[in-house]
Amino acid sequence: MTLDQDAFAAIAAAVCTPVAGADRVLLSLAGETSDFVRFNQARIRQMTRVDQLDARLSVVHGRRRADASVSLSGQPDVDRATLLGWRERLLSLLPALPEDPHLRLPEAVRNTHRDDTTNTGGTGLPTIDALVPPVLEAAAGLDFVGFLAAGPMVRAFADSRGQRNWHRVESFSLDFSLHLTGVSQSTPSGHGDGDEPAHGSRLAHAATEVPRRRDRAVKAHYADTRWQADVFAARMAEARLAAERLSRPAIALPPGAYRAWLSPEAMADLLGLLSWGGFSAKARKTGTSPLGRFAAGEVAMQAGIRMDEDTAGAIAPCFTTDGDVRPQRVPLIVDGRDVGVLVSPRSAGEYGLAANAGHHEGPDSLALAAGALPTDEAAILAAIDDGLWIGNLWYLNYSDRAACRMTGMTRFACFRVQQGRIVAPIEPMRFDDELPRLLGPALVGLGNDARFMPSSDTWGSRQLQSMRTPGALISDLRFTL
Amino acid sequence: MSRIDRDGLGRRARAAAPACAFWSLRAVAASHEVLRVRDDIAEAPELGEDSGVMVTVIDAGGIGHAATADTSEAGLRAAFSAARHLARTMGNQGVHRFHADSLPSPRGDYLGADERPLPDTISARIDLLAEACRAMRIDDRVIDRSAVATLSTTEQWLLTSAGGDAFQRFRHTVPNLTAVACVAGETQTRSSGGQHNGFCRQGGFEAIEASGLLTDGARVADEAIQLAMAPNCPTGEMSVLLMPDQMMLQIHESIGHPLELDRILGDERNFAGTSFVTLDMFGHYQYGSTLLNVSHDPSRRDEFASFGFDDDGETARRERLIENGLLLRPLGGTVSLARARERRPGFVDTDLPIATSRASNWNRAPIDRMSNLNVEPGDTPFEAMVASIDDGVAMWTNTSWSIDDARNKFQFGCEFGRRIRSGKLAEVVRNPNYRGVSATFWRSLSLVGDAATVGVLGTPYCGKGEPMQVVRVGHASPVCRFDQVAVFGGSS
Repeated sequence: MTLDQDAFAAIAAAVCTPVAGADRVLLSLAGETSDFVRFNQARIRQMTRVDQLDARLSVVHGRRRADASVSLSGQPDVDRATLLGWRERLLSLLPALPEDPHLRLPEAVRNTHRDDTTNTGGTGLPTIDALVPPVLEAAAGLDFVGFLAAGPMVRAFADSRGQRNWHRVESFSLDFSLHLTGVSQSTPSGHGDGDEPAHGSRLAHAATEVPRRRDRAVKAHYADTRWQADVFAARMAEARLAAERLSRPAIALPPGAYRAWLSPEAMADLLGLLSWGGFSAKARKTGTSPLGRFAAGEVAMQAGIRMDEDTAGAIAPCFTTDGDVRPQRVPLIVDGRDVGVLVSPRSAGEYGLAANAGHHEGPDSLALAAGALPTDEAAILAAIDDGLWIGNLWYLNYSDRAACRMTGMTRFACFRVQQGRIVAPIEPMRFDDELPRLLGPALVGLGNDARFMPSSDTWGSRQLQSMRTPGALISDLRFTL
Repeated sequence: MSRIDRDGLGRRARAAAPACAFWSLRAVAASHEVLRVRDDIAEAPELGEDSGVMVTVIDAGGIGHAATADTSEAGLRAAFSAARHLARTMGNQGVHRFHADSLPSPRGDYLGADERPLPDTISARIDLLAEACRAMRIDDRVIDRSAVATLSTTEQWLLTSAGGDAFQRFRHTVPNLTAVACVAGETQTRSSGGQHNGFCRQGGFEAIEASGLLTDGARVADEAIQLAMAPNCPTGEMSVLLMPDQMMLQIHESIGHPLELDRILGDERNFAGTSFVTLDMFGHYQYGSTLLNVSHDPSRRDEFASFGFDDDGETARRERLIENGLLLRPLGGTVSLARARERRPGFVDTDLPIATSRASNWNRAPIDRMSNLNVEPGDTPFEAMVASIDDGVAMWTNTSWSIDDARNKFQFGCEFGRRIRSGKLAEVVRNPNYRGVSATFWRSLSLVGDAATVGVLGTPYCGKGEPMQVVRVGHASPVCRFDQVAVFGGSS
């Protein structure tokens, strides 16, 4: 059902017209036809096909505005009637609404068009029938857990001034993990494997024993616009190799500070949390930004740190749901100093700034520039020497937002490194540290390879955000539990 | 009047459904309104409707789901065809073999709490928020004020090939007040109900009134100022009193998620995580102290996740999951319970599934979720709980949460804290945080407040699943005391 450009043009022509009682009518669409497959223990857990098309319709008159989000059916006549009905309803509300002095809309009409299907010479995406068998075949005999999402996605915008924006991508994402459930534990009181008691005795749990985790895993991801069997095979081979290292007995480390390599995936988790208010103009102005002290110069990052909202280098649409066309690149941190923020249209009106982002004022395409550390495995291990290799982090949050202090857990493949060699996996540990410190005095260096990581998020719909970041070597990452 | 045309939709579904072992159609029609007033200025209201269907087909031993908003006969036929194809693709490659009676077929109606209507015009509803926002304008040190209400109505209808026909209607109300204060460069945020909407209920205007939206403004603003002037929470091992608006998060993360059966079965290991709980623990494992009693209770009508039937069709019942600290049952729906029984027959002493298989919307398939998960009240009055502590901290309102993927090592933070000294509430402290391990933390539960201390709260943002799903969850809890807890404050 996914919207095609002709159908979008027809809907826009019917709905986004000059109309009495409104200066402007805006219509934003987001649609997808997706196949979702969940895997557990190398078998299929759940398969779902989703066809959805969501509209956001806005009417504006003077400084009054009303918005509606509406699910559409994909039937042109039905959808046209639905949207025209909502347009009338919103128009009828406008006179009774208070004025919003901060209301702001784009002034210039800017049309854009991006269709990655066209750019790649037509659809190269195989059907679900072609994608599932090779995954199951490669997973056979392994404790493979994963999630496959595939299909086209569309974002579009139109308004009554005649602006039209179109963005279509077609992709798949296989996010998977290989698990070891027969692993040795770090203490002899370990709980054992699978769902059976380790020593055949239910009494093992009757007292005050703390059950230990039974499961270690390595995480991998394969996303693209075309399925390539050799690339998938290579990803699986890498994951199997990494999983073998997990079979060694794990070490439970005491809390303290450890020299640590944060992989690009782990850095993406840190930057993902930083995106939660860190670059928001409104958060800066209201004193709630975790980067407020950094922006005020109270704490500093190293001179080599550069972060941009890099729309041109990523996959998110270049236009917002209000029709603002984003700058190709918004510098946020340059030479370790705060240079910019993300500004929503309403913040632009409120604070007299230029709008450069959507309503949520969070980056969609954040890029941290690479550093100079060589990133082949041997070089990283040598650089760590005595410390930790952190493959992934998990469930981050602020423990002191004003100080940009973050907490979270290690997850998946994380290892103790001694004398430049991996000696054992580690039990999950909790870190609690300040990001400006990690990118400031505690930063040994950034990797020389910034990895592009498209989001595999599917909250409500598949997402088009991404992150580009290198790994980072930290002199003393603080662990608390 | 129902927004779901059951007669027409049912007729089209029966005409479009394929020959198969079992099929179902779950229709969802939701409408919502989000109103915001910030610094006395009303932002543009957001309204909306979201409707569509999820069809499910069991065939050839597999199960397939397909979601569409096209409810014409042709649209339903296409969705059923896709679902049957997926079911056959799964076939005998699934984690479980599905058959005609794998899923229930309930009959009945459930109408959730909706006692008193909200003001009948949008401008009157905005006026309420404007008044609430104005009430926080008590001092120039309050630099940002917002009053928000998210109001929604959802109808669901489950139709099955085996005669199931169950209709439900819910009204969800989520009011919120937030004040930011800045004093001498220190900025702090205080809210009513939590910055992340911990106050959330089913119901109409009665839920707005119960939230304090109309009366709490001055207190919220004043406490924001107090926080901005307060010292950091001290560091040390001590007793803590957790108020219901923090207990809801503690229950959610370190009881609710670990007891989800699909986690225990490994479904979530690639994303949301696993659990330190295993199938052999039920009936034997001492989860907490003998004061800990936990119930799954979707029947409490004003709580946020009350319902009559889950999204697989299982009938809702109140069930005790933990009794006197002993772990009895997991949170597992019809399918998960069957799978767990295959793996470990007799792992629980009942054949009844818990009605907890839920989907976030019409475009997602059901998985095991918490619904209303509550700690039962004890018999200690609040004053006696405070008086029992020589040196400790009382903490209100969750603001930070983090826990490992097995749901064991956690660290949580609150908006507002007060020292307890010599059995009395003392000075305010900011950035109160604590950390612990689920498996031992609940064993340090040493006092449970009486019914007068119970708060009925929840969260609109429980995330889990692949594809990801955010569902509404309710948590009611009394005030609870825990001992020997690692407590700490902010960085400066």
